Amino acid sequence: MAMEPDQSRKIGRGVFLLTVAGGLSSLAWGKAAWSKVSGVISPVAADIAPILPTQGWRIYTVSDHMPTFDPATWQLRVGGLVEKPATITYAQLRALPRVEQVSTFHCVTGWTVQNVHWGGVRITDVFGLVRPLPEAGAVQFVSAEQPYVDYLTMQQALLKDVMLAYEMNGKPLPREHGAPMRLVIPEMYGYKNVKWMAGINLVAHPQDGYWEQLGYDRDAWVGHSNGYSS
Amino acid sequence: MTRYVRRFSKTERILHWANALGFLTLLGSGLVLYLPSLSVLVSRRPLMKDIHFWSGIGWVSLLAIIVVLGDRRGLLRLARELDAFDGDDLRWLRGGHAKQGRFNAGQKINATLTAAFTVLFLVSGMLLWLGERDTRFRFASTVVLHDGLMFAALALLVGHLYLALIHPATRHALRGMTLGTVSEDWAARHHAKWKPQ
Repeated sequence: MAMEPDQSRKIGRGVFLLTVAGGLSSLAWGKAAWSKVSGVISPVAADIAPILPTQGWRIYTVSDHMPTFDPATWQLRVGGLVEKPATITYAQLRALPRVEQVSTFHCVTGWTVQNVHWGGVRITDVFGLVRPLPEAGAVQFVSAEQPYVDYLTMQQALLKDVMLAYEMNGKPLPREHGAPMRLVIPEMYGYKNVKWMAGINLVAHPQDGYWEQLGYDRDAWVGHSNGYSS
Repeated sequence: MTRYVRRFSKTERILHWANALGFLTLLGSGLVLYLPSLSVLVSRRPLMKDIHFWSGIGWVSLLAIIVVLGDRRGLLRLARELDAFDGDDLRWLRGGHAKQGRFNAGQKINATLTAAFTVLFLVSGMLLWLGERDTRFRFASTVVLHDGLMFAALALLVGHLYLALIHPATRHALRGMTLGTVSEDWAARHHAKWKPQ
């Protein structure tokens, strides 16, 4: 652009408007673009700056205290509409048949973590210990982070990749991800994947969980709930 | 004896430091919400969310109050200065030696981007807040925009702090933003086309 030193053009407003317009338009394309970029930079960024959430996780809690885990005292209470209520210790949990899966974790706020390696137990193996009654139509998952609670219908809870996970990416489940055990249901948004599991109760019907009482969908199918349709 | 000339008015300086205070408060509380390691360390997410949200409201309110109660004519002149780029500015941006006015072209770009980022931070932050309450305001890319802005703004801030605090040739500018005045010699070297009032 040839211009004399004393001539001036109003360029600043153009820079301002283009930046604002580009930013606002990214509401339509930002996530898709970031998925491509993060796929390239994540492996490198993790080595350069381990503090950054390069794997894409954010840690969401609803209370002022993040639960702590002591393997010696931790118990999972399983009850409600069952023949034989049980209290499972951490050692008993680890003695149940162990399974692994790789699945993608979607948060309703828009971030996604791909290829998470989970290790844990299937819910049917826990049900085998307590034997649900025929009238049990839903499962209540109670977090040690009070008052967090959520529900799945029996059909949802028995989806083949629903897991009670105690390992993540080859290590014991970290505290911030719900140690010692969390629910994993990849088909649904993260708020259904209850962390810091303290109790499982079989009930007749599902009810609204913590976020559902605040307006989120009870059936939180990824891409087909909470205002999203993909 | 060193002679000083006035570079920034009181309104300009108050606006700058109010913006800095708001941004740093939001950056600190935002990083606690964003970085898993800090989330575990602080562990009081509901409180941090409240601090972050109300700091954001406080930030833009403070800027608006300063604009309304401050030297509005002066701020309008400032906006015109930041808007106008002449041939020397474009040469300077291409790395050439060219005489500059009260603001060099880099400072104009920095101020303009900072203003645009403020608008985008406000819009995306409000969308995050509203989206938690109503699906009509929920977009999958809002969090990407808000986080991306943070990284872009942080990059600008690091460059800005380097030039204002460390780089020997430019750090005298900090005096202008604190006391309002800079030395006449320094102004002549760095802002030769500027004619102090």
